[in-house]
Amino acid sequence: MGAPMSEHSTYTPGTGIEKWLDERLPIIRFSKEHLMDFPTPKNLNYWWTFGAILAIMLVVQIVTGVILAMHYTPNVALAFDSVEHIKRDVNGGRIIQAVHSVGASMFFAAVYVHIFRGMYFGSYKAPREILWILGVLIFVLMMATAFMGYVLPWGQMSFWAATVITNIFGAIPVLGNPILELLRGGFSVGNPTLNRFFSLHYLLPFVIAAVVVLHIWALHVPGNNNPIGVDVKSSRDTVPFHPYYTMKDLYGVVLFAIPFAWFVFFAPDILGHPDNYVMANSQVTPAHIVPEWYFLPFYAILRAIDFNILFINSQLGGVIFFGGSIVILFFLPWLDTSKVRSGTFRPMFKWFYWLFVINFLALAYLGAAPAEGVYVILAKICTAYYFAHFIIVLPVLSRIEKPRPLPASISESVLGKAHA
Amino acid sequence: MATQAEHHGTRRDFIFVATAAVGGVGVVATVWPLINQLNPDASTLALASIEFDLSAIEEGQSVTILWRGLPVFVRHRTQKEIDEAKAVPMADLKDPETDEQRTKPGHEQWLIMIANCTHLGCVPVGESGEYDGWFCPCHGSVYDTAGRIRKGPAPKNLVLPPYDFISDTLVQIG
Amino acid sequence: MGGIVSMFKTKTILAAVALVAAFAAPAFAQDHSGPHIEKQSWSFGGLFGTYDQNQLQRGFQVFREVCSNCHGARLIAFRTLAEEGGPHFSEGQVKALAAEYNIADATAEGGTRKGVAADRWPSPFATEQDARDANGGALPPDFSVLAKARGVTDAFPWWITNYFTGYSEGGPDYIHALMNGYHEEVPENAPHAADGTPFALPEGKYYNDYFPGHAISMPPPLQDGAVTYVPGEDGVTVPETVNQYSEDVSAFMMWMAEPGLVSRKETGFKVLLFLVLFAGLMYATKRKIWQGIEH
Repeated sequence: MGAPMSEHSTYTPGTGIEKWLDERLPIIRFSKEHLMDFPTPKNLNYWWTFGAILAIMLVVQIVTGVILAMHYTPNVALAFDSVEHIKRDVNGGRIIQAVHSVGASMFFAAVYVHIFRGMYFGSYKAPREILWILGVLIFVLMMATAFMGYVLPWGQMSFWAATVITNIFGAIPVLGNPILELLRGGFSVGNPTLNRFFSLHYLLPFVIAAVVVLHIWALHVPGNNNPIGVDVKSSRDTVPFHPYYTMKDLYGVVLFAIPFAWFVFFAPDILGHPDNYVMANSQVTPAHIVPEWYFLPFYAILRAIDFNILFINSQLGGVIFFGGSIVILFFLPWLDTSKVRSGTFRPMFKWFYWLFVINFLALAYLGAAPAEGVYVILAKICTAYYFAHFIIVLPVLSRIEKPRPLPASISESVLGKAHA
Repeated sequence: MATQAEHHGTRRDFIFVATAAVGGVGVVATVWPLINQLNPDASTLALASIEFDLSAIEEGQSVTILWRGLPVFVRHRTQKEIDEAKAVPMADLKDPETDEQRTKPGHEQWLIMIANCTHLGCVPVGESGEYDGWFCPCHGSVYDTAGRIRKGPAPKNLVLPPYDFISDTLVQIG
Repeated sequence: MGGIVSMFKTKTILAAVALVAAFAAPAFAQDHSGPHIEKQSWSFGGLFGTYDQNQLQRGFQVFREVCSNCHGARLIAFRTLAEEGGPHFSEGQVKALAAEYNIADATAEGGTRKGVAADRWPSPFATEQDARDANGGALPPDFSVLAKARGVTDAFPWWITNYFTGYSEGGPDYIHALMNGYHEEVPENAPHAADGTPFALPEGKYYNDYFPGHAISMPPPLQDGAVTYVPGEDGVTVPETVNQYSEDVSAFMMWMAEPGLVSRKETGFKVLLFLVLFAGLMYATKRKIWQGIEH
């Protein structure tokens, strides 16, 4: 069976109105070309549905967030109670609020899968470097948005997260303190901080949406990567995006919604911290401050540097490594120079990839562990390995590894699979 | 071959239609709560109905209370005011209503009205105007001792909220 | 199935396990060394759990007669005591109850008025300073969401199971333990200070097994027989003991913190059922569409 529809759109306006519109704003042509007929490799697996899942999650967060903003009060005296008011009094408020807060976790769970999928299948390699960079940018914006959103309920964890994280900027030499006051709008975290975080928390998701548009644009220039990492050779290798991938993605979205609903309806607070049900108090720090789970690996890196490096003190050192752990992602396309994209055909890379995943999870674990004893040493080792993976392992592998033979095309690969 | 293809087609269609139908139900069930959250919440609805104790209001006095965020006049009318209101012929009224229609039987002395002028919503001033009732300073509407419109741009009598007497001195509004 | 596929499946499972581990990581953070807290069997625990109306009514009685003398519950409106799924008192009972309290209202004569069902539970103290002065400098925490502000931690790796059982009763478990954890004298197994000296209980504090640091400002609030229970609608009588009181009041506090628990779970079942059905249909649809395409 061929794939006769997988060429680019052959859209011809049917009616006079369509023709009139097409000459002025070819929105139907555009939608047909990019949302329906777009030729997509036919061998994408379920890991690829996370792109669509993320798009849906962004919509879910924006819709529930706009609703919550209708009932929330960004004032230090009222914020905590207004969140409880949403849960107790607003029609369906408990569910909408739970969708938003659990949704943040689900959003990050999906984005981590999406990022690690891209890393395994080499989706960052030429000609998709810009696509990858835009993705990392979205990730950074998500972290900023999630952090500021976490401050809004104005619980103990909100307050101390705001204090600790803004203090990161205080580590900057000379300008640290002025920047700190600028960020907080005061000498400590207070009402001006809460208000600006609310404003920015509302703004940033729309910035994310804009970068997502660029991300998809950058995807549609070279087209999708695929599990074997071999370029599309002919129309036999692809199917039109609709209905093949719209339906497959939708199926993925529905499956993803099951654990999401489980948390929302049966354990809405389990991903949070009990201390955030205590109203913010600037005089008492909770016994054990811990960020939301999705920040833990990076938090572990921030904490791991407890020694001075030459003239750089440990605080600034931690901040540099913390920032570096994210910035290094931008350079990934030039650190891994192997011509083979997919990890499937890279016997050595595969091992180091899973080692990196385990190391990343270990960092998450250590980020939540108390900073004492063996955990401190482990955090240093894992931090070192995190950077070594990018700076040493990937460049060296690219030189010494002998990849397995690649299939000639996607079609050949899927046929081989079907008959095996 | 033909029948097999037809059969195949029917089953295929059934799955598509069923999926679309169930999906449609899901969309509606998701969208409705997103709209319903705009409706008044439980704390607002809890104040939709209030009880008010009339015992402290002397004859000839009125108070303005708040109900559902609206000002409400509660006036303890004098006999003179009641007689005046009852004496008005229906033909003189822009919005004909008898005094009995404006009050509860057995409690004619109590006049309970939403205090927003029916013209554009200002709060009229009590015990003023040429009909001994209310005068709206915004655009000059004049109401009589039963809160009926007598003169000026307002089209209707002052609106009566739904209310009932629980006892002689306790009234439930809303 | 080719080699690539089966290998990928194994990794799928690996990745799923890893993901769960990542999700579960924060629970580890709460791991502070404290005595083991016994988990109770709550009527509202688990998938099908709902509040026991009679227990909530008893718990309310304990709260009202004992706790509310010092602890506020500023987010609890009287009207919610009549809600289904909660203590479910009658509207009349709630109205009469509210009327027993004076509510601060700047628009009322004298600054206070009789409470109505729409009012929230009044604080026992006018200001935070008053509360501290009356309690030896300690501030009795507000009860509104306290049951969710406390928790129980499980040792690695058992907390992972909590994500599958939806364990959300750590608060009531802690409160129940706290109520039963008082000692008249500092017990022999009390932890020693860092320099090896025996545990020293500060003046005006009480020793409790479960309170962090063990020195709690609150005197043991419950005594056997302190509250005479009004028989519940079911006619079942329960013992008037500290253990029973603490179970009942913990349940009531959980209801205060999460009043919509029952309706939330009910909706949850419908949603999950729908999603499973829809996922099945989507799978069939997707298969039909992909039929005949090698992929």
